[in-house]
Order: sequence, then C-alpha cells, then structure tokens
Amino acid sequence: MLYREAGQFKTSYEADQAIFTIRQDRWLIVLALAVAFVIVPLVVNDYWANAILLPFLVYTMAALGLNILVGYCGQISLGTGGFMAVGAFASFKLMTAFPEMNLIIVLLLSGCVTAAVGVLFGLPSLRIKGFYLAVATLAAQFFLVWLFNKIGWFYNYNATGQITVPPREVFGFLVTGPMASPAVKYLFTLSLVVAFAMVAKNVVRGRIGRMWMAIRDMDIAAELIGVRPLHAKLSAFAFSSFYIGVAGGLIFTIYLGAVEVTEAFGIDRSFLVLFMVIIGGLGSILGSFLGAGFLVLMPILLKNVMVDWMGMAAVTAKHVEITLMGVLIILFLIVEPHGLARLWQIAKEKLRLWPFPY
Amino acid sequence: MEFKKLTMALAVASVALPIATTSAGAYELTIPSLVYRTGPYAPNGIPFANGVADYYTLLNERDGGIEGVRVNLVECETAYNTQQGVECYENTKGAGESGALVFQPLSTGITYQLIPKASADKIPVFSMGYGRTSAANGKVFPWVFNFPATYWSQATVFIQYIGDQEGGMDKLKGKKIALVYHNSAYGKEPIRTLESAAEKYGYQLILLPVDHPGQEQKATWLQIRRDRPDWVLLWGWGVMNQVAVKEAASIRYPMDKFIGVWWSGSENDVLPAGEAADGYLSGAFHAPGDDFPLHQDIYKHVYDKGKGAGDRGRVGEVLYNRGVVAAMWTAEAIRTAMKIHGTKQVRGEHVRDGLEALKVDEARLAELGLKGFTYPIEITCENHEGPGKVALQRWDAKAKQWKIVSKFYEPLRSITGPLIEEDSAAYAKESNITPRSCN
Repeated sequence: MLYREAGQFKTSYEADQAIFTIRQDRWLIVLALAVAFVIVPLVVNDYWANAILLPFLVYTMAALGLNILVGYCGQISLGTGGFMAVGAFASFKLMTAFPEMNLIIVLLLSGCVTAAVGVLFGLPSLRIKGFYLAVATLAAQFFLVWLFNKIGWFYNYNATGQITVPPREVFGFLVTGPMASPAVKYLFTLSLVVAFAMVAKNVVRGRIGRMWMAIRDMDIAAELIGVRPLHAKLSAFAFSSFYIGVAGGLIFTIYLGAVEVTEAFGIDRSFLVLFMVIIGGLGSILGSFLGAGFLVLMPILLKNVMVDWMGMAAVTAKHVEITLMGVLIILFLIVEPHGLARLWQIAKEKLRLWPFPY
Repeated sequence: MEFKKLTMALAVASVALPIATTSAGAYELTIPSLVYRTGPYAPNGIPFANGVADYYTLLNERDGGIEGVRVNLVECETAYNTQQGVECYENTKGAGESGALVFQPLSTGITYQLIPKASADKIPVFSMGYGRTSAANGKVFPWVFNFPATYWSQATVFIQYIGDQEGGMDKLKGKKIALVYHNSAYGKEPIRTLESAAEKYGYQLILLPVDHPGQEQKATWLQIRRDRPDWVLLWGWGVMNQVAVKEAASIRYPMDKFIGVWWSGSENDVLPAGEAADGYLSGAFHAPGDDFPLHQDIYKHVYDKGKGAGDRGRVGEVLYNRGVVAAMWTAEAIRTAMKIHGTKQVRGEHVRDGLEALKVDEARLAELGLKGFTYPIEITCENHEGPGKVALQRWDAKAKQWKIVSKFYEPLRSITGPLIEEDSAAYAKESNITPRSCN
C-alpha cells in the first residue's frame, strides 16, 4: 500500500539509472542517513560507540571489500586478515613517520599500500581458480601476519610487537586515542564507510563492475567477448584490498587503538569477514552491511539479553551464545542460501503487492 | 488473547525485575572481573577466576564486605580475546553505583588495550605480574599497577638462579640458554631483558617462538635436541605449557634445567606429562597449597555454604591461589583508599590512590590468614612494580605438589631499570604524555 511505484514515471536517463529508482526507497535511505548522522551522534555513549557501532562499521568496510572480490568477481580469498594487518601497520608507520599527516590521507594511503600488496597476492589468480586460489590467499594470510610479527621495523622495534595509535586530530577534532569523544569517532568512521559504500555501489554498476561479473559468471565467455582477465581480476584484487586495508587502518586507529598482529588479524578474522559476505549476500552492497551487522551485533545482543536481563552466569551465556550463533547461521543459510540481502529483496517484492497479493 | 497477555506480562516482568533489584539497596563496591572460562586458555583462566570470586565471596560472607561495604563482583567473559575484552570493559566500567573500581584485564593484549582507555576514564588497571612491564614507572603510568613483580624482573631472577646452580655468575659465559615463547606481546616481553643480560654475562640466547595456541611444537623441540642448550626457559600460557612439558619429556630434556614463567607453572601444565614432569621448575611469587588459615575460612564460609565458584578439590591450586592473592591485594587497596579519603563510598580515582599507597607487611598478612603466603609489598608513586622478588617452585610428580625450593631473589635492577626507563619514555613520547613529578 505504502510501498508502491505505480505513478512514478521516469522521464530521463538519469532517473532511469539512479541507484534508488523508487521514491520510497529514496526516502528510506535519506531517513536512515539522517538518523545515522544526526540523531545517533547526539545520543551515542562510550559503550554504544566502542563496543557496537565502531566494530559494525569497520567490519562493514572489510565486508564491502571482500564482497567486491568474492561476490562480484568470483575470486575466493582467505587473506582478509592479512590484508587488514597491512592496512593497520601501514597506518602505524605513516602516522609515526609523518606526525603532521592528516588521518584521512593516512588511511587512504594505507589503502593504496594494501591494494599494491593485494595485487601482488592476486597474481596467482590468473593461473589458478576456486579452491586452489583460496589456498594461495591463505598463504598471504599466514605470510603477512608472520612478517609483521617478525620484522621489528614494522612496529618501530618496541619490546613487544604491539602497536599503539598516537592521538591525532581531523579538522580540529580529536579522533584517535582514548580521549576522543565517541560521537566524533563514530561520525568519522560512518562518513568514510558511507562514502566508500557509495563509491562501491557505483563502481559495481558501471563498466568495471560488469567486467568483474562477466569474469565471475563465466571467465572463458568473458574473455571471448573481450574482457581481459588480467585487468579484471587484478583490478578486483586492488579494489578489494584497498577497502580491506582502510578497514584494517580503521580497526587500528579508531576502534581498538592498540593491536597485536597475531591476535587482531589472525585467520579467524578472514573467516569472520568471509562469513559476513556469505551470510549477508554475495554480490550485494546492502548484504555487506547486513552480514557485518548480523555477525557483530548478534553475539552482543545475545550476551546482553542472557546476562543482563535473564541473569545468566557469564560463562553459561557464552556457551549458549556460541551454540545459538551456529544454529542461526545454519538456519539462515537453509531458509535463504542467497543471504540476508536476498531476504530483504523478497520482502520488498511482497510489500509491493501487499495487501492484495493476487 | 489471554495467553498472549500472560506471556507479555511475563516478558515485561522478566525484563523489569532484575533492573528493579539492582537499582535498590545499599552502596556496593563494583569490581569487574574479566575472565576467560571459554576458549583455548580456559584451563588456566578458570582456576584464577574461581580464586578471585571465592575471595570476594568470603569477604562478603564473613565480614559483610570490605569495611562493611559489600563487594559486587561482575564477571564478564572475554575468551582471552581483545575485542571481547573491549566490549566487557565498556559494558562494566559504569556498572553499579560506584562504577568499576579497578580492572584486572588478565591478558597482555587486553591490558595494552585498556592502559590508555582506563587512564582516560580514571579507573586504575591492576595487571598483576603481566601486561606492560614498563608500567612499573609510575611517573608515566599513574593509573597502571603491575606489582608484585614484572616479567623483566622474573627473567633476571631466572638468570641469577641459573648462575647459582652453575656455581657463580661468571660461569654463565659460553652457556646456551633457549627461550621457548608464545609468539605474542606476552611471550616477547622477556627477550630484551634476556638479551641485555646475555651481553653482560656472556651466555648465548636462542629464541624459539611458538605460534598461538601452541599445540604444534615438534619443530621447536627438535631444534632444542639438536642445539642442546644448557637451560630452557618457557614463556607459555594455556595449552602451550602442557605441550612444551610433554615434548621436553619426550626428548628427555632434564626437567631440572627447564624453567617456566609463573604462568607456566600450574598443576594443569604438568599433570598431563605424568611422572616425566618431575622436577620441572617455574617462577612464583606466592605459595601453593591450601594449608593457610584463609583457605580454611574459604572452606568454612564459602564452600560449606555451597557458594563456591569452582570445585572444592581444586582450592589451593597454583592459579587458584594467584586469583586469591590478586583479590587480596585489590581488597587491601580499596581498604587503604577508604582510610586515605575517609569515605566508604570509594570511586575509581580513590582506589588508584589506595593502590599507590598500598602496604601489606608480614603482620597484615598474618592478620589476613596468609602468613608466609607471599612477601610484603609496598607501592610508591614512582615504583608501581613493588619489590619485584621471585622464587622458584618445583613440581613433585609423585606427591602431585608444587613446592617453593629457592629463596626469593631480588631482581637485577641494574638491567631492568634502564630498560623500563627507556620503554616508558618511548611510550610517553608516542602518546604525548608528560611524566608527572613524584615529589
């Protein structure tokens, strides 16, 4: 009834090619952004920012990156943790070597460094596919983590290999370190994630995205119609690693503030982000948000419900939480193998017909 | 419809009730306990958490709390994971009327995470014998305490012990000492100290990292078999310890030349190796066992009433006792804070002052029922490490008991002092901190 496109005519190419063609969708997104940018910063506190919103946003960024590679270009990667580590250590080195540099530039440069590393490790994708590629990227994961743990130069030769973020300001607001206000940290991360999501959405709709999807759907056919696999695959690796590198930089600078490479960027991070992409929906920008939301927020929600409301002991709640998460993941994948984004799409189709489905 | 209403009412009640019960009542001392009863390090995390929980239960049951103010212990499960540790910190720091009084992160990774955060929130961090060693410099780290001793002090104690066994420090020249360490911030802590001691005494240091979680050590011990170091030091945690002791036994490495850090010296670590672990050594700053008056009180007031956190049979294990000693020093610091500020409604910043003025001497230990349990400590503004003394304990596989076998060694401050100074200065520079004056 409310969600209906009848009467909305598109009279220009511009309107026809808009990201949100339906008016209600546009209102919804404007409303969501207004809440996220205006209302949330007014009410956000330390707990909400540091424990819930920041991890959600930084993992969304990582999931966006991996979704480009896995969902749009069909190249499976298990190196996400390693690439995030590249981003984090690049930010650390840049911040300590050039204290005057703006944090946004630091993060973008970290993304570029990671993109270069990603292209390097993406080279095998030209010869190997599928599971074999997964194994090759797994090597990236282990190699990179080992490298940052082993070579003292990366952590400025401190005693423990743990890196700590120095305090930095952006436009006169302190954004890193413990004294930064939660609202500033949140807004900074949110702006970056929204901007990057917009870029991703437009890239995947355009020539480059279509090239990736052609490779994903059938690489030989794509090659025959003139898509160059070298360009397509390596650009996907570069784009994807750029996003993942920025996510790694954000984890280090804004979210955690101090990281230890083996713990913060281990193989379990790679799997976590891959699960986000699969559960959220392969080949969907919205899916990256939903997947990250599900895997970051659900455990915290379950924990708070069980410990704070039901008064369960912390350890019992943890065991139940681990079990429940597993059950929920299986359940979602059985109900909708194409992920949460597909569920949303189905809901929208149903809404268009509601309340007269026939 | 009736059923729906009923369930709604129940749901509302179940949500509202706990809130109602916690908001009412007298002032309570909220102490968060970041525990890990799950995950790869749980076998070591559980006894420690039980020791902490039982000590506060004892205070509440026997004395009605600290100076009559009840302790509200809030456990939060971290699974030894930094991200979950951050969530726990943010979740518990404002808990209760008092707010969190002191944090014991119980993981080096989480400690590094909390050092800047807690300092900004004005909550002290008590990382007892772990975490960042250079936090011993109270001028740079006013909110962090790592008494009674640090990893660096412990490393120098091991070197002294080895010197004593070899017949003098000059005999160390040309000896080979291997360090098998957890390849993380925790495991890397002693390297620098051991390196500068190596320069001074002329022994050769062999570094053998083991990656998390440490189940795979075949290659490491093959290397030890090949290089034949005279002594092996172990800096492990969790399952890594048991594997190391078993592997050492399987290559027949002499156990009396094998020394573990104080986190590698509990019953869990040596029992799986059976008889072969006999004679294995580890660092310690408190005694094992349950033959102290305090433990009898724990049995009487906690376990006999069915309020124990764990298994009665495991009271007095090494890590259980470590939990007890951590809780004891925290409680004494809160007591000191109450005295200094003349109020029973202490806050985080008061407890920091209490920690900094903490003095637990022999007489006080005897009063607490812990005579001979640990050594007296006194904390000052500059020195947050305290005395830094460490003894060695030996595992007796037949009696299934740990026993302290050496004196309490003083650390070699000539080695650790400059290193602490250097590392804390680097931290102060990185984080724009001006060291405070302590006069």
